[in-house]
Amino acid sequence: MSIQFRSFAAATLVAGSLYGLPALAETTLNVVMQAPLRTLDPILSTAQIVRTHGFMVFDTLLGMDAKYNPQPQMADYTVSADKMTYTFTLRDGLKWHDGTPVKAEDCVASIKRWAANDGAGRTMMAHVAALEATSDKQLVIRLSKPFGQVLELLAKPSPVPPFMMPKRLAETPSGQQVTEMVGSGPFRFVADQYRPGDQAVYVRNKDYVPRSEPMSWTAGGKLVNVDKVVWKSMPDMQTSINALQSGDVDLIEQVTIDLLPLLKANDEIKTGAINALGSQVTGRFNHRQPPFDNPKVRQAAMYALDQDQLMQTAIGDGEFYKLCASLYGCDVPLASDAGSEYLAGSAKTRMAKARELLKASGYDGKPVLMMQPTDLTVLSTQPIVAAERLREAGFKVEVASMDWATLQSRKNGWQPVAQGGWNFFFTYWGVSGIWNPVVHAMLDGSGSDTAWSGWPRNARVEELRTAYIAATTLDEQKTIAREIQQIAFDEGFYFNAGEFQSVAAWRTSLKGLQPGPLTLFWGVAK
Amino acid sequence: MASYFLRRVLMAVPVMAFIALFIFLLLRLTPGDPAQAIAGDHATPQQLAAIRESLGLDQPLASQFLAWVGDMILGDFGKSLISQRPVLEMIGQRIGPTLALASVAMMLTVLISLPLGVLAAWRHGGLIDRFVMSLSVLGFSVPIFVIGYVLISIFAVNLKWFPVQGYKPLAEGLGAFLHRIVLPGFALASIYIALVSRMTRASMLEVLGEDYVRTARAKGLSDRIVLFRHALRNAAIPILTVVGTGFAMMISGVVVTETVFNIPGIGRLVVEAVLARDYPLIQAIILLTAGAYVLINLLIDLSYALTDPRIRYK
Repeated sequence: MSIQFRSFAAATLVAGSLYGLPALAETTLNVVMQAPLRTLDPILSTAQIVRTHGFMVFDTLLGMDAKYNPQPQMADYTVSADKMTYTFTLRDGLKWHDGTPVKAEDCVASIKRWAANDGAGRTMMAHVAALEATSDKQLVIRLSKPFGQVLELLAKPSPVPPFMMPKRLAETPSGQQVTEMVGSGPFRFVADQYRPGDQAVYVRNKDYVPRSEPMSWTAGGKLVNVDKVVWKSMPDMQTSINALQSGDVDLIEQVTIDLLPLLKANDEIKTGAINALGSQVTGRFNHRQPPFDNPKVRQAAMYALDQDQLMQTAIGDGEFYKLCASLYGCDVPLASDAGSEYLAGSAKTRMAKARELLKASGYDGKPVLMMQPTDLTVLSTQPIVAAERLREAGFKVEVASMDWATLQSRKNGWQPVAQGGWNFFFTYWGVSGIWNPVVHAMLDGSGSDTAWSGWPRNARVEELRTAYIAATTLDEQKTIAREIQQIAFDEGFYFNAGEFQSVAAWRTSLKGLQPGPLTLFWGVAK
Repeated sequence: MASYFLRRVLMAVPVMAFIALFIFLLLRLTPGDPAQAIAGDHATPQQLAAIRESLGLDQPLASQFLAWVGDMILGDFGKSLISQRPVLEMIGQRIGPTLALASVAMMLTVLISLPLGVLAAWRHGGLIDRFVMSLSVLGFSVPIFVIGYVLISIFAVNLKWFPVQGYKPLAEGLGAFLHRIVLPGFALASIYIALVSRMTRASMLEVLGEDYVRTARAKGLSDRIVLFRHALRNAAIPILTVVGTGFAMMISGVVVTETVFNIPGIGRLVVEAVLARDYPLIQAIILLTAGAYVLINLLIDLSYALTDPRIRYK
């Protein structure tokens, strides 16, 4: 019998016995997450669900508090007077889940792996002269040139936070997933109860020593008050709601807005936003293919599109979305109204402006191929409304319906539309992944093949991004971010289609849920 | 019989080989990128390229196919591209609930539809017949997810007799198992109850018109003996065919029921795999399902000989 068949037989038996585990006297939090957990490596994946999983199992050197300030988490730190040397000292009592102590060399290897996989991390490493462990408990980052974002990046909650893992895992070759989940975070991953895409189980890490400061987002003490957290995937929202109402689950991370009335009538259930930051819907132009290789045509399209109509279509209830110009999110420190002239005025007046601009642009009637993901509720309707608005402005538009996986793959190619390319599509980004010009991939103005889909090219934006990196005060950063935003509007980097808030629902028996940049499971009691 | 069995098994080999080639090519021609499913929407082209290289997706298609077939012949169906777990282990985790659901649904189908079909044929044209046929039309017409939601609403949400979702294995006790499987089993069975009861009625009506049935009646045999000993046994072949293929269809078509009742079975696994373009997992599930179809059809053919002594295989 081959190993494969033996493992098949064993898995069948083990699965049977696991389903049949007797109920233990323990506190278990049953949660329906917003997406299935299919992969586990939080450094290789940019998916939100994998990031949240990362925060369960792994820890970060620094955390981000509710005021967007980096705070000590695994390590305390000092910064030299010239802000060129950062020294991190690991706090006492840190252990990996396999029982070995956390060492500075593990953290050095982890930072290197993170930086190799994260755009902002790569930018940071380009400014680093040395990253080394000076003892088991201390590591040092020495810069070769000024870089004002070291602490912010090491504390960033998204996308791809710099999670710490043992050196042997952090040295996994590039492109290869880490599948052994050994971190030092507040929960341990239960590998043999993991069913990819269906169920993930975490138990309290009894060896975890939380910080003494009060919890604030990913900073402060991570106090775990439940024995076990079970993430369940339920592809059908009505099933999830039935399960919440019957008490089978305690929390649904993201409820579809149209089903909220079903829950509001139930006294045992609360609804609200536990993710403090919303998500920005973005309409991306392909700058490499006509007609959107012409900035005037992009401007015409920006005037034709309407934030309120798009949000009304996708979300419906105005309580759950915001309209603002800020490309960094509506309520973050860098938020500004630069470029808001592209969004101001009624839909009618803006349409007149769009027609005028399109006529002046020399648009030759080349059809716009707009990709529509039909299997993603939050993005399936905008293309229909957007296509109608663009047609009204004088564009020829073809809406190509496809599943999200196909869209994701197709968006990476810049070939002509006739050869499988594209002109426009909508996606969305959690605000925690776009809140400054360093992490915001859509504001990359390099136009290079390695940039995120859309490939806008603008030398001034690149200069400003470099200046932002060196800036060390918030005022400086705000000024630079504002100018970048204005150029991004003028050049039509993308259309900001508004910000929506995801709504969670939970049973009233759950206490201590706190807002954060992601769903946080420490502090929660049942 | 043994040589017939061997011949049929050998005939299955080219069928399976064709299916393997077809599904491999179909998946590779479908747009989508497993690397994107691993790295997420916001990954850069370099990250995607590195992942593709580590998974061997940058190799020529012919090499990928030959490597897959070669490993498979040795019993290695490969690892999931997405979770990096052996696909047979993943299927092993999820096959139990699907088999349990399909078996319960098939038991309900047989227990309910055979008596209904026999009754309808026995009282042909009467009230019972019309009632059974109306039920059958209803079973055909209403989608499984609607039946599922209606059952949940009545029996789980309002009456609270059953849980609204989830699965417990038989290992946890017969009571717990049945408590969770009855509603989804009934929802899944509804369309097959309609199908098999109609088939039973039609088959029985044909047989009840035969001379030997008239002779049996003329000899004074009771209706029960005529119906169950003489008529039903001779009407069994088409019924067996429908029941057998129905079971195979249930295994491969349980996705809606598994979704509505949140049962972690093969149906949901294959949907997940398709959405993530997890090629080895999809290929393995389809091949194993195809193998199950071939096996079930063979068993159906063999069972004909048990029900009809005139049928002999050489």
